[in-house]
Amino acid sequence: MPDLFDKRLLFVTGKGGVGKSTISIALGMAAAERGLRTIVCEVSSQENASRVFKKGEVGFNEVQVADNLWAISIDPDESLREYLLLQLKVRAMRDLLMRSRLFNYLAAATPGLKEMVTIGKIWELALPDRKVKKGREYDLVVVDAPATGHGVGFLQTPRTFAGIARVGPIHNQAQALDRFITEHDTTGVVIVSLPEEMPVNESASLERQLTDDVGVAVERIYMNAMYPERFSEEEARRLERVMEIAEGPANAAVRAALSEHRRANAQRGQLDRLAASVKAPIKTLPFIFKPRLSVDELHRLAGALT
Amino acid sequence: MQSVDQILAGRRICICAGSGGVGKTTTSAALAAGLAARGQRVAVLTIDPAKRLADSLGLEELGNEPRRVDPRLFEHAEIEMRGELWAMMLDAKATFDELVRKHAPDEETRDRILQNRIYRQISNALAGSQEYMAMEKLFEIHQEGSFDFLVLDTPPSRNALDFLDAPRRLTQFIEGRGMQMFMKPTGLATKVVGRGSSMAFSVLKRVVGIDLLADLGEFFQAFSGMVDGFRERAKRVNELLADPATSFMIVCGPQGEPIEEAVYFHRKLVEAELPVGGVIVNKVHYETEADLSENGVEEDLRGPLDGDLAARVASNFRDYQALAKRDARNVEHLARELQAKAVIRIPYMDEDIHDLAGLLKIDRYLFATEAERMELAASGTA
Repeated sequence: MPDLFDKRLLFVTGKGGVGKSTISIALGMAAAERGLRTIVCEVSSQENASRVFKKGEVGFNEVQVADNLWAISIDPDESLREYLLLQLKVRAMRDLLMRSRLFNYLAAATPGLKEMVTIGKIWELALPDRKVKKGREYDLVVVDAPATGHGVGFLQTPRTFAGIARVGPIHNQAQALDRFITEHDTTGVVIVSLPEEMPVNESASLERQLTDDVGVAVERIYMNAMYPERFSEEEARRLERVMEIAEGPANAAVRAALSEHRRANAQRGQLDRLAASVKAPIKTLPFIFKPRLSVDELHRLAGALT
Repeated sequence: MQSVDQILAGRRICICAGSGGVGKTTTSAALAAGLAARGQRVAVLTIDPAKRLADSLGLEELGNEPRRVDPRLFEHAEIEMRGELWAMMLDAKATFDELVRKHAPDEETRDRILQNRIYRQISNALAGSQEYMAMEKLFEIHQEGSFDFLVLDTPPSRNALDFLDAPRRLTQFIEGRGMQMFMKPTGLATKVVGRGSSMAFSVLKRVVGIDLLADLGEFFQAFSGMVDGFRERAKRVNELLADPATSFMIVCGPQGEPIEEAVYFHRKLVEAELPVGGVIVNKVHYETEADLSENGVEEDLRGPLDGDLAARVASNFRDYQALAKRDARNVEHLARELQAKAVIRIPYMDEDIHDLAGLLKIDRYLFATEAERMELAASGTA
């Protein structure tokens, strides 16, 4: 399996509810433990990182949450302000523009502008020589990308934008971002999936779209939340017989065991189906029987990622 | 607590809303199938059904119009179907194109819009256009009036609120008031625009490039004749959402995050004065009453099973109970927020739901009272 941490930029994507945010943070932790200065970017102000590390909201700031590990929540409005200042260089001119009705209208209405400036900020974070003053240099930027549906659209924004603005400064910027995202040596994409019908289908079509249409390198697929195989077929048959006679809690316990056995089997079936329909290497991750993930559990998960 | 049929009695539309990955599509299909089985002529508008579910409903060759699900499929699944189930998959782009065709004043304008590069990007990719087109299609089918009941499965979005915001964002964009003013070549515009704005405009040109501004201008010009039609339509779509004949059902999962999202979404719907029926929580681990403090279960199991297997069964049960406790806590929190509104718990099934028989399993819980649901869960019915 290729080493994910050779990259400068990793996008973590997948269907909604598959555990993208958790895996993004765990990837960040794994990289940081290896001594890489790493930043985890959230793009929809969920503030997961601050919650996990019990810090105040990170917001649009690069906040250190652990050794070698930083977090930021990328806000499109803030990104736009920063971008305009970098472009116009004069604060007064930037403020003039941001106060104008025309500009605000355009900023709110132009399709994909939010995604565009968000990717712009991600790119800026990943640059060896940062654009912002006294910007910290990171070895790795991990992005908790939006859910699929919007996911492919998100990574495609620069190209779409370059198509809308055929020439001019926006066009050039958009092209530069697109080149960066599709540069296989520096940028990789990780897909997170679940061992269920819909997520497996979506992961397969997501990989195709990302590879063929967007042109990014899909480095790995994590099959998340796999149940352990606790019972053999022979044991399951025995349990079925016991269920006939067991009563009360014992009956409920045997039923839960059989249910888990069927689930685990169905999950193996889905894993086979995924393996047959994707090209990228698959790594399975265990289901964690805990109501809420603590830093300790995340450490364990981080260990299972590489 | 009300059951789904009580909530939806006398209504014509149910909108299943919620964030992605919580089983919205399956829930929508199960709801529609259940209502149809009970005698109504029902259409379900889905966005992106799982292939196996779509196949099992005979949906694979569906276009952008509802088709009837073959009644023989229900016969084979041994479901008594007293009404009719119709289904369609939304094609956002095709819906947008239809809308343009409907509102364009003449053929030339129509073609100019359909071929405009910016239009093509928007109709495909503008955040919110899929959401808006789903509502638009709902409105259209409702207008035609050929169904007793419509179930709308909303598009997967990170934030369920994007859905409600979509018409406003879209009409705002299409109206392009700010833009048009600047793009008019002569006269009034220059007078209306103050000096400050024209400076802003020249700064904007520097950042954006004049080409993009010109393209946008052309787009807005082509659209300008249709703005009124669009705005009027959006207004009526919004009215339909707030109509007492409509009910929003929030769909979520039992984990902390989806529950919080459901709570948040419920608040927003109430703030927007939209009719909320209740929340459907999928994949719930029902609690069983068992004493786990002592190793009672393991002791009981040691008779029929050998020690090692009994221990594993007991340990699996403890894990299950931990999840059940978590789910119960989360659902309780949700129920407090919702006050008197229904919280309908669908159990975590042993298998993925991807056929009619599976939908029927969900329906048994969906259309039951809370007491009946507890009984079903206790008897291990899934």
